[in-house]
Amino acid sequence: MVHQVEDAVLEIHDLTVTYNKKPVLWDIDLTLPKGSIIGIIGPNGAGKSTLIKSIMGLVPNSSGYIKVFDKELNKVRNKVSYVPQKESVDWDFPASVLDVVLMGRYSKLGLFKRPRKADREVALDCIRKVGMEQFLNRQISQLSGGQQQRVFIARALAQEADIYFMDEPFAGVDAATERAIITMLREMTEKGKTVIVIHHDLQSASEYFNWIVLLNMRLVASGPTALTLTPELLQETYGGKLTLLAEVGNLMEKGEFPTRDKR
Amino acid sequence: MENLLEFFSFADPNIRYVTLGSVLLCSSAAIVGCFIFLKKKALVGDAVAHSVLPGVCLAFIIAENKNPVLLVAGAFLTGWISLVAIDYITAKSKIKEDTAIGLILSVFFGIGILMLTWIQGSGIAAQSGLDHFLFGKAASLIGQDLIVFGTVSIILLAVVFLLFKELTLISFDGAFAQSIGFPVRGLELILTTLTVLAVVTGIQAIGVVLMAAILVTPAAAAKFWTDKLKVMIILAACFGAVSGVTGAYISYIAPSMPTGPWIVMIISIIALVSFFFAPKKGIVNRLIEKRRIQNQITEENILKLLFNIGEADEDYFKARTIKDIIQRRPFHVSVLKSGLSRLKNQGFLEKENGYWKFTEAGKTKGQRMVKLHRLWELYLTEYLKIAPDHVHEDAETIEHIITPELEKRLEEKLQYPKLDPHKSEIPYNN
Ligand SMILES: Nc1ncnc2c1ncn2[C@@H]1O[C@H](COP(=O)(O)OP(=O)(O)OP(=O)(O)O)[C@@H](O)[C@H]1O
Ligand SMILES: [Mg+2]
Repeated sequence: MVHQVEDAVLEIHDLTVTYNKKPVLWDIDLTLPKGSIIGIIGPNGAGKSTLIKSIMGLVPNSSGYIKVFDKELNKVRNKVSYVPQKESVDWDFPASVLDVVLMGRYSKLGLFKRPRKADREVALDCIRKVGMEQFLNRQISQLSGGQQQRVFIARALAQEADIYFMDEPFAGVDAATERAIITMLREMTEKGKTVIVIHHDLQSASEYFNWIVLLNMRLVASGPTALTLTPELLQETYGGKLTLLAEVGNLMEKGEFPTRDKR
Repeated sequence: MENLLEFFSFADPNIRYVTLGSVLLCSSAAIVGCFIFLKKKALVGDAVAHSVLPGVCLAFIIAENKNPVLLVAGAFLTGWISLVAIDYITAKSKIKEDTAIGLILSVFFGIGILMLTWIQGSGIAAQSGLDHFLFGKAASLIGQDLIVFGTVSIILLAVVFLLFKELTLISFDGAFAQSIGFPVRGLELILTTLTVLAVVTGIQAIGVVLMAAILVTPAAAAKFWTDKLKVMIILAACFGAVSGVTGAYISYIAPSMPTGPWIVMIISIIALVSFFFAPKKGIVNRLIEKRRIQNQITEENILKLLFNIGEADEDYFKARTIKDIIQRRPFHVSVLKSGLSRLKNQGFLEKENGYWKFTEAGKTKGQRMVKLHRLWELYLTEYLKIAPDHVHEDAETIEHIITPELEKRLEEKLQYPKLDPHKSEIPYNN
């Protein structure tokens, strides 16, 4: 059940990713359409974060290639935005909300240059979009978990990219804010941007996304929401069928088997 | 005392140079240390500091004198090798990073000490003073040495200034930095080089054993005072500078005394003071603040209680004994007594041969507390639909928090009600 599209913004070809020789993603083959809001769905440990990290070049892939806008990632980095899982940083860092959101402008600024007035304005605007304007100068450790998550979303918005990868951006965000942010993201996709979101709530998924990727160590399905969020495919994603893959993975971690080597 | 005046008049050019050098190197090390601290690499700094010793000895064996340029080069070399070795061990074996750091530190330092011992036994002429590299001697920071170490410090400052934004980003969120295409590996390499160089600047004045403390302690101390990175860096630099001056002074009045331990002692005192006394984050202030709030709560509770008793007796200004009060509410006697006497000092109560009674101001304040308590109970039952028998405890805390503005809004929202949920009258002021 994998729908391929012409003119894809993202093309993943035969991707396998391993951690210490243990494969956590097997042979992913995937194309995603432009101007859509896409949900990546799967159980814990399915490799959702790993997929996004490997797209962003943060973990090495054992085989396969990835193209964004039909180019290698390094050529289009300034059009790509990434929201890491919130737990990936130490929030006790001495920085304010504004400081962190300004970091979103660094890709446009490049090395050595300091943020200009225009960058501050963009950052302020993005902070307003996620409803955090009253916390502008608050130190980031003094925010609630959901507020910290919103700071990360604002930082991504400040990048003014064409494609966004968000790793669980709504973890801990209240329902009203989540809805407001989804509405805003949808408006962005109407202007031709593409947004890819790792999401855990199946209930809201059918409403939020117009394209769904179901993942559990392998690609179960990728296609328009109506065709993919079906009971059978969900059963295939969340059901126990894949333990075989996991067991083989564990064997490969222990033994000295040659994982498929680099390209 | 005379020494002190003489030193701080800076009349002697040597004193000027030594002080300048110490300040420069301590504060530049402290600035680089801020990033090491924020990246949680303090232990790495310690490993580097110890690992430069073999390089220093090697440089000495080759040159047969203390040529500062060669010393810096040697120190830089082995410092770097130690870091590469730590990374290699962590990446290629199952050994965890902290173990690898411990391993490298002791191996390199051990080799360094061996070489030092050998040099001392070998009778190479200019060896006197080489052992200063263990614990430092600020007074020797003159002439060519000052120029070399000072230059390195200035390079450090310049690089941090140029790459401030980049170093900040990789310290906070490396993955994001990489995702926007920043050369993270290159930047990490630069930070590592800065770490090694910062250590190298200190080998003469502070010594390798204690250099790591000068690197990260100022940062740790500064973090207590501020939530802003720039302020933190400036503070760390100042703390470094203060300890540098002290080191220079000690070295001046007691030339045979090693400087490193003194400098580290000063910076440790600064860190301790920060830990205890920094506003907001220091523990003494947190304790004082906690105490202040506890006192406030006790005082307000006493006033409230006296008002309640007065309400029952229909006489607010009757004198009461401590026993009367305790009967109504089980205060701890000592807490009650100190609360009463504070209230007397504040002018809310009067004391006459063992009896306590309201002043006019005291009654007004007690009345306000009772009013707030009852208003809040009413608010909880009316707006949050909480059962009347559950609201008392909640109101006990909230009544101490409500500000006059909130009080006004509460009154308006409830439209100046007459009775609380328990049918007690709500006492207004007029
Ligand atoms: N750095 C790592 N080293 C080794 N194994 C890892 C590492 N990161 C993740 N894994 C493993 O890879 C698998 C996929 O992890 P990943 O974080 O991609 O899952 P996920 O789908 O994002 O899960 P979640 O919903 O919990 O965020 C898991 O089995 C995990 O244990
Ligand atoms: Mg994840």
